[in-house]
Amino acid sequence: MTQVAEAPDIHQVIKETVGSPYTEKPKLSTRNVDVFYGDKQAIFDVSLDIGNHEVIALIGPSGCGKSTYLRCLNRMNDTIPSCSVTGEFRLDEEDIYAKEMDPVLLRARIGMVFQKPNPFPKSIYDNVAYGPKLHGLAGNRAELDEIVVSSLQKAGLYEEVKDRLNASGTGLSGGQQQRLCIARTIAVSPEVILMDEPASALDPIATATIEELIDELRQNYTIIIVTHSMQQAARVSQRTAYFHLGKLVEVGDTNQIFTNPQHQLTENYITGRFG
Amino acid sequence: MDTDLNLTQHISNRFNEELEGVRNLALNMGGLVEKQVSDGLKALLKAKSKLGEKVASSDYKVNAMEVDIDEQCTLILARRQPAASDLRLVISIIKTITDLERIGDEAEQLGIYAIKLADDNIKPSQFVELRHLGEHVKGMLHDALDAFARMDVGAALATIESSATLKEEYDAISRQLILQMMEDPRQIKNALSVHWCARSLERIGDHSENICEYVVYLVKGRDVRHVSLDEMKAELEE
Repeated sequence: MTQVAEAPDIHQVIKETVGSPYTEKPKLSTRNVDVFYGDKQAIFDVSLDIGNHEVIALIGPSGCGKSTYLRCLNRMNDTIPSCSVTGEFRLDEEDIYAKEMDPVLLRARIGMVFQKPNPFPKSIYDNVAYGPKLHGLAGNRAELDEIVVSSLQKAGLYEEVKDRLNASGTGLSGGQQQRLCIARTIAVSPEVILMDEPASALDPIATATIEELIDELRQNYTIIIVTHSMQQAARVSQRTAYFHLGKLVEVGDTNQIFTNPQHQLTENYITGRFG
Repeated sequence: MDTDLNLTQHISNRFNEELEGVRNLALNMGGLVEKQVSDGLKALLKAKSKLGEKVASSDYKVNAMEVDIDEQCTLILARRQPAASDLRLVISIIKTITDLERIGDEAEQLGIYAIKLADDNIKPSQFVELRHLGEHVKGMLHDALDAFARMDVGAALATIESSATLKEEYDAISRQLILQMMEDPRQIKNALSVHWCARSLERIGDHSENICEYVVYLVKGRDVRHVSLDEMKAELEE
């Protein structure tokens, strides 16, 4: 992740975020976020709230900072030495970047699903059981079984794999692997799930399954999804945020963004015009 | 902040061409319908049965254009999944051509009445009441199509505003015809013919108003159907 913003006049074009970046009683709240890779600034003064049980889609051209922003939310950028993050990040009023916040525990509360399915080279069962074991969520084998089965069920995978839980997770199809990764994420009962292009490597049928799943998961989790597929953003999310060259250009109801965006840059991007 | 409705800046040139193409077809259809209305009215007011026949027999062209444009719009929706202003353009074209087709039908009615007028030996003087209404409606249709071509919200609103006078004129003609019928029941048949023509003209005005509403939707992204003009203006000022 060394995507950085350029173009010096960007501050003239995007003076402030258009639309409604703030919500009442947000699950996640971020204010004045700046991110630097070395001396290159990748994110400029982004302020955004994410509501409880909402699916928000982050869209924008490559290098616009949407993945960088997403990774800040569960401190994935901590692992990049040259990356410095400033601004305010709160999960239910708790400071995500506080000294006493354990990033490992934070990532259990804010889970992540990546673009390429990345199951551990272990059995399907162990893939899902790994997190609960690590965090000591199960007192005995029966409880662990229960967590594994219910997570696989919530991820819509259980029926397909119930007879081969000991088979390797890497032997599944792409779509199944991705749902396995989602089961692994929800096994530790997160509050928020971050998804970085979760369906971009999948065929249309597997994509539809994942999208259906996202809709169901919304009942229990808050979901932030980065996607390059405009139709996907339009289908799965309630709110959409458009990033451009490290700035948050516009946030609004997904229905409004896709029928009547307010900012010219948003319009240009979603209609496939030259920016 | 208004966004720019530039049709020619897509990364895909084919998409530019498709949108331009379907928009031009809709404008051509508008031109044809305008001619039909103008000819229908002329045939009626001057009792030209030949011209009336031409109008009545040309309606198929309007219908064929509607079918063709609908198909092109369907293909754009299927292939391009347009969003934002592109989506609004395709939707407003689909809706506009439906109204244009209905205007075509009303023009056909005018043509048919022009033929009847000649066959029944009705004096065209009995239709002169329609001239003023007809000119007004022609103007409205022209302005609506112009607002559509130029994507001009101001012109669209002005056209919608002028429909109030149209209603007054239509009501005046109705009252006058009722009086005629009461005074001389032998005139009922002719008076009803005139009334049907007035009704057709009034419908054309309504359809023109609809087209103006689609122009507002296309440019501003606001659906202003079924609201009063004042509410419309207030909403657009937000």
